[in-house]
Amino acid sequence: MALIVDHNKALSTSPLKVSAPLGAALAFMGMKGCLPMFHGSQGCTAFALVMMVRHFREAIPLQTTAMNEISTILGGMDQVEQGLLNIAKRAKPEIIGLISTALTETRGEDMAGDVKQIRARNKELHDIAVIDVSAPDFSGSLETGWGKAVTAIIRQLAQPSGNQAKLNRVNLLPGVHMTPGDVEAIKDIIADFGLEAVALPDLSDSLDGHVPDAYTPTTLGGVGISQVREMGRAKLTIAIGEHMRIAAKTLEEKTGVPSLVLDRVSGLEAVDLATDMGATIAAAVTTQPLPMLGELAAERVIVGDFEDLEDQILEAGGADLIIANSNARQVATRHGIPLFRAGFPVFDRLGAAHLTTAGYRGSRDLITALGNVLMEHPGHAHAQSEHSHGHSQAAAG
Amino acid sequence: MLKAKIQELMQEPGCATNQAKSDKDRKKGCGKSLVPGAAAGGCAFDGAKIALQPITDVVHLVHGPIACEGNSWDGRNSWSTGSDLYRRGFTTDMTNLDIVAGGEKKLYKAIKQAIARHNPPAVFVYQTCVGALIGDDVDAVCRAATERLGTPVIPVNAPGFVGSKNLGNRLAGEALFEHVIGTIEPTDCGPTDINILGEYNVAGELDQFRPLLAKLGIRLRASITGDARYREVAACHTARANMVLCSQALITLARKMKEKWEIPYYEGSFYGISDTSDSLRNIARMLVERGADPTLTARTEALIAEEEAKTWALLEQYKPRLAGKKVLLYTGGVKSWSVIQALQEVGMEVVGSSVRKATEADKKKALERLGGDEEKLADAITPRDMYAMFKDGKADMMLSGGRSQFVALKARTPWIDINQERHHGFAAYEGMVALVREIDLSINNPIWAQVRAPAPWEV
Repeated sequence: MALIVDHNKALSTSPLKVSAPLGAALAFMGMKGCLPMFHGSQGCTAFALVMMVRHFREAIPLQTTAMNEISTILGGMDQVEQGLLNIAKRAKPEIIGLISTALTETRGEDMAGDVKQIRARNKELHDIAVIDVSAPDFSGSLETGWGKAVTAIIRQLAQPSGNQAKLNRVNLLPGVHMTPGDVEAIKDIIADFGLEAVALPDLSDSLDGHVPDAYTPTTLGGVGISQVREMGRAKLTIAIGEHMRIAAKTLEEKTGVPSLVLDRVSGLEAVDLATDMGATIAAAVTTQPLPMLGELAAERVIVGDFEDLEDQILEAGGADLIIANSNARQVATRHGIPLFRAGFPVFDRLGAAHLTTAGYRGSRDLITALGNVLMEHPGHAHAQSEHSHGHSQAAAG
Repeated sequence: MLKAKIQELMQEPGCATNQAKSDKDRKKGCGKSLVPGAAAGGCAFDGAKIALQPITDVVHLVHGPIACEGNSWDGRNSWSTGSDLYRRGFTTDMTNLDIVAGGEKKLYKAIKQAIARHNPPAVFVYQTCVGALIGDDVDAVCRAATERLGTPVIPVNAPGFVGSKNLGNRLAGEALFEHVIGTIEPTDCGPTDINILGEYNVAGELDQFRPLLAKLGIRLRASITGDARYREVAACHTARANMVLCSQALITLARKMKEKWEIPYYEGSFYGISDTSDSLRNIARMLVERGADPTLTARTEALIAEEEAKTWALLEQYKPRLAGKKVLLYTGGVKSWSVIQALQEVGMEVVGSSVRKATEADKKKALERLGGDEEKLADAITPRDMYAMFKDGKADMMLSGGRSQFVALKARTPWIDINQERHHGFAAYEGMVALVREIDLSINNPIWAQVRAPAPWEV
């Protein structure tokens, strides 16, 4: 049992947290024919876009309502309308995800109400699904926005099966921690049972690096609107990660399809897998104070940043390995601790989209990769202790 | 107050683009209104951060919700030869409660904690949209913190919604002029001290021309702001000349430094061979005019002759490999004509160049180099048209920023990053050779033939 510590610091140093709207935009990347848009100033979009490009090394379609000083004072409905119409005209998407930001939520925009009016008076938008998501930056983090977007998509598109026959199908609601490679692995495993998997969202079909035959201004693939509408005809919904519970519940309430929330799919959560393998957690830092963190096999879980991680490592007298996103690289370098990059963003290594840790093969590959890192850095944290002797030879062997 | 400042920046008399405008157009200012659903690029806060973050030894503290810093820190490829404090992200990470209760107290506390832990020579505090919207007075907090804590705390008032990245660059210049430059008097002023404005040491480019200056006995008092230390910038008003590189970003700062401290400035570039030579020549000229040893002129000419000869000789080997290859330059257009010249010298054909951010004079020069073909000069090319250019074989490769990279790559076309995320320095003589080498490696890479060939089952 771990104690959850939230200092609620005035100064966040080297943040671990990534914003909720970015998580929401990322979810829309797994919708086919989609072009999401942030309702905020254009920097909100630019930062999120650049971060996703650097992580996935892929084209990221993401637009902005380009709020300025005047629209911030008078209200942004015109910006939303112009933005939707421009996207409809230029990109001809099937679906637009409209995501609020701290700016528009602080001034109290009624985005959902505005969208209703805008759709009613513009027939160009009638054939396009517009999904509005409230995901202000000042509340929650990456996974919060991702979960909210998936829930909004379900609310607006999923339908009960009615008189239609059930299909031999499983709905998969992957968490934000699952890479395109992970989603593909789980879909394959489900297919091995003779079932068809429909993933919402499906990054394995859009951010997998494929090359389309023609220029595409929207997402390059993903789950289609018609497939989401049919989710009520599935036999079961599997959601992965606690942050997908609300989405799974919403789908169940709307369609009657029973749901199952899995914490992890075998070695999905590297931290858990590491403790399963006998590792001791010297420091655990996360972004949100969630009750389930209490179950982690660590003494404490800090809600904080990379400075907290550094302090914890120093307090513990060192560590053999850091598992974190690329932003841990400065801490890792300062203390000479190897960094295994996982999560989001991973911008200073290739293959972040394809790193697969889900399923049997994924677990095997993850254990192997972690083991290899440790073999290359034998006995780091024990340099002064009795463990150090003979380690280099053992590693070589 | 911010409004008046923006108005002033928009009508900068020192700006070449502005000088070419009619009185009426000049009054309208240079801010293009951004089109919702069809906009690209960063906000004013982003621009301010790009211009100041390279000051390596200070705390850069962002007063806003997590997106502004959490989604961007340690992402700019600006190098340091000293402190790495600038690479850490500092933010007040405003949450619901701060927005309801106001964030000024939290900001003060954050400044205090940052100083206590890192003891920096200064703290730069960046205002953002949300802080501005709820009325947090960053200027007042910074003033109070400076007085009580004894460390300069500099307000950078450039919330994202006031405009584009470029406006943010200029507001950053205002912050330096008002709060930093001239606050320290150095004791070691010399007759050949210069500042470089608008250089951010991306991929270490500063060291592609700093050694050239050193060979001539010219001392870089401060680089504003690549690889800079706070105290250098604070004391840079004693320099004898200013060299303005990315003129659209910091021209106002250069003009104001001229008015206040009589420092002459020259707008030039270290991209391209002839531009590098011109820049060196003009730096020498300004210094000699202000009393430096007149032999500097001849020594500079000798260095230019030597470096140019060496560079052209190095480029010779690439000619047979690059002759006739068609390249598209999509750079925003700042001084792109000097790059055009170098590419043409190695036998490449420049099939298009964007001049989105170029001045009228730059456009004219670029047009000259392109044989007067106006069709080759574009403000902006849509991704769809760009993709078609590659598919139809009208361009063999593209040099651009990261934003358009996938248009090229998805069309199976080689691409080189020449924007701020680039990993190679392309400045001065050495940088031009590096650029041509990168082009050769990229365009003649054997993999392109393989990825373009149809799959065996498609034949």
